[in-house]
Order: sequence, then structure tokens, then C-alpha cells
Amino acid sequence: MSKRTDRLMRGVFIASATFVSIIIFSIILFVGKQGVQTFRDVSPAEFFFSTDWTPLENRYGALVFILGSFLLTGLALLFAVPFAVGGAIFLAKYAPSWVREILRPAVDLFVGIPSVVYGLVGLTVFVPWIGKATGTAGFGVLAAALILAIMILPTILSVSEDALRTISRSLEEGSYALGATRWQTIRLVLLPAASPGVLTGIILGMGRAIGEAMAVQMVIGNAPLLPTGPGSPTSVLTTEIVKDMPNSIFGSTVNNALFLMSLVLLLVSLVLILLIRVIASRREV
Amino acid sequence: MTSEKIRVQDLNLYYGDNQALHDIQLSVKKGSITAFIGPSGCGKSTLLRTLNRMNDLIDNVRITGKVYVDEQNIYDNQVDVVQLRKHVGMVFQRPNPFPMSIYDNIAYGPRIHGIKKKRDLDEIVERSLQQAALWNEVKDRLKKSALGLSGGQQQRLCIARMLAVDPDVLLMDEPTSALDPISTLKVEELTQTLKSRYTIIIVTHNMQQAARISDYTVFFLNGHLVEASETNAIFTNPKDKRTEDYITGRFG
Repeated sequence: MSKRTDRLMRGVFIASATFVSIIIFSIILFVGKQGVQTFRDVSPAEFFFSTDWTPLENRYGALVFILGSFLLTGLALLFAVPFAVGGAIFLAKYAPSWVREILRPAVDLFVGIPSVVYGLVGLTVFVPWIGKATGTAGFGVLAAALILAIMILPTILSVSEDALRTISRSLEEGSYALGATRWQTIRLVLLPAASPGVLTGIILGMGRAIGEAMAVQMVIGNAPLLPTGPGSPTSVLTTEIVKDMPNSIFGSTVNNALFLMSLVLLLVSLVLILLIRVIASRREV
Repeated sequence: MTSEKIRVQDLNLYYGDNQALHDIQLSVKKGSITAFIGPSGCGKSTLLRTLNRMNDLIDNVRITGKVYVDEQNIYDNQVDVVQLRKHVGMVFQRPNPFPMSIYDNIAYGPRIHGIKKKRDLDEIVERSLQQAALWNEVKDRLKKSALGLSGGQQQRLCIARMLAVDPDVLLMDEPTSALDPISTLKVEELTQTLKSRYTIIIVTHNMQQAARISDYTVFFLNGHLVEASETNAIFTNPKDKRTEDYITGRFG
């Protein structure tokens, strides 16, 4: 009886793993198949290296969106990571327990706030503020990066803090016993030991940043132009897909080009994640 | 007569409301090995950790009384804990090498205390590993991770790491309890070669170990220091009934 249950459950688990894998691969396959059809009408050189996106006149250059996605994600990480890791260090190693007991659930709560709420905050706070400071309308990559930074900060903080807290206390004591100060211990022993966990947090944050459409679309200005300053409207892969997809017919060139952009988005995040994993594994001794 | 290295005076230690050490008086001689023995929870490790102020890291610990190291009360307000821990090194129950290379483990202490030149560091690393009798086993893989060493090697690495900051008191908190007999023997031999230069205090559960390696033995029970004497005297002619019961294996 128990043996049969065992075998049955094994089957159930294998089936669910297979099912999940199949779904994921079908999505990649479907997006890829639709996307590649773009190249029947548009040359790869034009798609990847032209900044001219005018579907009505059959010009499908996506470089603005690809660069934009990189720029936006990079900026968001630049703003978020120092604060997130700093906050994690504070919560894990400096904060008295009652402070931690209040802040930690609050941070976790922030992870669950819908992105449209962040978008609204960006729209009503950051956009006017940047507009005033730069003498523009304020829509653009800076507002989007700030909003994304705030969005991904709790994720990175929360995962990094867990990583720091799971490091064995004996390592810490070993460092103190040699006469190290608290900061030396954190910087030279705890952070390196926690770096795989911190990196996981950054990857998760990055994944959220590069894939976010709603909040970004509300503040970035949505013009297919390369940004010329912090307050100049631009567009990224996700926002362009959201904007153009409802107005395009399935199978048309513009629709295919949007699928190709989705594929690029998918591959870019995959490559970034792999890259970081490789760097991380190299750094481990 | 050797001079006094450490003196503990009227020491009481509380974890919250719970008193873990009662009115401890103890004197430790320079250049000797002193063993702390007693059943689990008797306070011997706790006392050891007051000697380099390791208990500072734990919340809710309250300490009264005085601990003198070289005539200086280490619980004085102006005492620099960093300097204290440079002089009073510690090895823990479980080997705790840092997740970095063997070389970097040893160089960690000297580096945080400001030694930067590679030649100086190389020299300290080699000397410390020699002292810990580990050099010959690791000299060809200094850049490899310390986590790849065996448990016994890791513990000797931790001893080398402690020696690299040039302390004069070595505190060892059950340093062999996680090791196999051969590694244990190596660490015990090591204490014998080190004792000419250092004052060593070792906490141990193992009474044979205390008898084998120490000059003085201190017996603790329920947070009280019951008896402190020369090791020979304690094992052959204990003065207190409780000491006798413990070393003859009647409890503990």
C-alpha cells in the first residue's frame, strides 16, 4: 500500500514538473515563432540597429526600446541596490529587535503593492518634481527609474536580509575574536558570505524591473525616441508592447515585431540572469 | 614563580534574570595551561568568553566584578575591545574558517590591523601555519578554499589564524570536541609547543584531556568555581567532595 502511494506520488510530482516545463517552453516557442516572422518583412539589421519606429510607414527599428530597457533597468538597480543592501545590513545587524519586528513585515508588505499604485505615485510626485527641476514635462527615464527603484527595493532588501541572517553566528564571532570591528566583520566576512543570496535578490529585482510595464508606462512618456535628458520622453520594450499590441492585428508585421520584442525581452532577462550566475560562481572561492 | 597574567575578581554574570556565574575568583599564571572542567551548563565556557569580552555580543548579558589582564581591568570603560581581542585570541568549539582561501583566512587578522605589504603578510601566513603545524599540509594550496580542509585541519587553521594577530593569551573553547582522535592528538600536541610563548586556557569536557595537557585545572559546577589547583593535585587529591565525585565519574 505505502509502496504504491510512494510510486503514485512520484508520478504526480514528475507529471507536475513536466507540465510546468511544457507550459514555459510552449510560451517561449510561441513567442519565438511569431516573432521570427517579422524577418519576412523587416531585415534583422533594421530591427536591431535602427531607431526609427514608424509602423504606419513600415519602419520597424526597435533599438530605442532595447537600449531603453537596458538603461532603465541599469538606472533602477543603481538607485535601489545601495539602499536595499544598506537597509538589509541595518535590519540584520544593527537594528534592535523591536525595530526589526516593525520594519521587516512593513518591507514585506511593500513587495505586494500593485505596480499601478507605484505608477500613480510616480505620476503625481516624481514627474512634476523632475519637470520643475529640468524645465520639461518631467516624463522620462528618470521618473521611471526612480519608481522602479522603489518597487524593487523591498525585494532586494528582504532577500538580502535573509541571506545575511542565515550566516552562521560562528563566522561572525570568529571575526570579532580577531579584533575586527563590526563594520569590518560585515564588509569582509558577512557580505562576501551572503553574496550569493544578495545576488539572488538583485536578480529578482532586476527581473521585476525589466519586465515592469504598467508603472513605467505611466511615467516614461511613451515616445519612440532616444532619451536626451532625464526629462525627455522615451519608451522601452514593455511599454511599447503594451501600447501597440491592442491596436495591431495578429499576424501583421507590426504585431510580429511586437512578438519579436517580447522574445528579445525574454532572452535579455535570461542572459542577464545567466551572466550574474556565472560572475557569482567565479567569485566563490 | 611565574607571574600572574589574568585575575578574575568577584565576577558575576547574568543572562537576563538568570545568574550564570557566581562570585568567581581566579588567578591564571603566565605561560601556563589552565583547563576549565565541569558538566555542561556549569559556566566554564561563559567564563572563558568574559575574558575577551565575547559576551558583549549577546543581548541581556549583565556583568559585575573585574577581570584583569596584565593588571588592566578589561571591563573599564576606556578599554578598547579591539585591542583586547588582539591580545586575547580565541578558538571555538566548531572550526569556523571564513569562506575564503587558506591564505586569506590567516591574513584576515593582520590585514584588519593594518598590515598591507604582501611580503609581510606572506611571512606571517607562513609563520602562523608553521606554528599551528599545518604548513606542510597546505603550503601548495594556499589559494584554495579553506572549506576544503578536513575538520582537524580547519581547527588548526583557526589556531593559525588566531596566532597571526600575535596574541599572548589563547582561549580555547572545547577545541577538539568536533574532531576525531588523531586530529585531537595533533591539537593537544600543539598546545604543548605553544605554551612556552602563550598563556593558554582551555575549556574541555574531556577530563583525560585536562589531565594530559594542563598545568592547572579549575572545576566548575552550576556557575560556581568549586576548586582550582595544580592539575596533578586535583586529579590525585581533590579537596572538595564534589570535585572528587565529578572526576571519578559519579555524575556529569
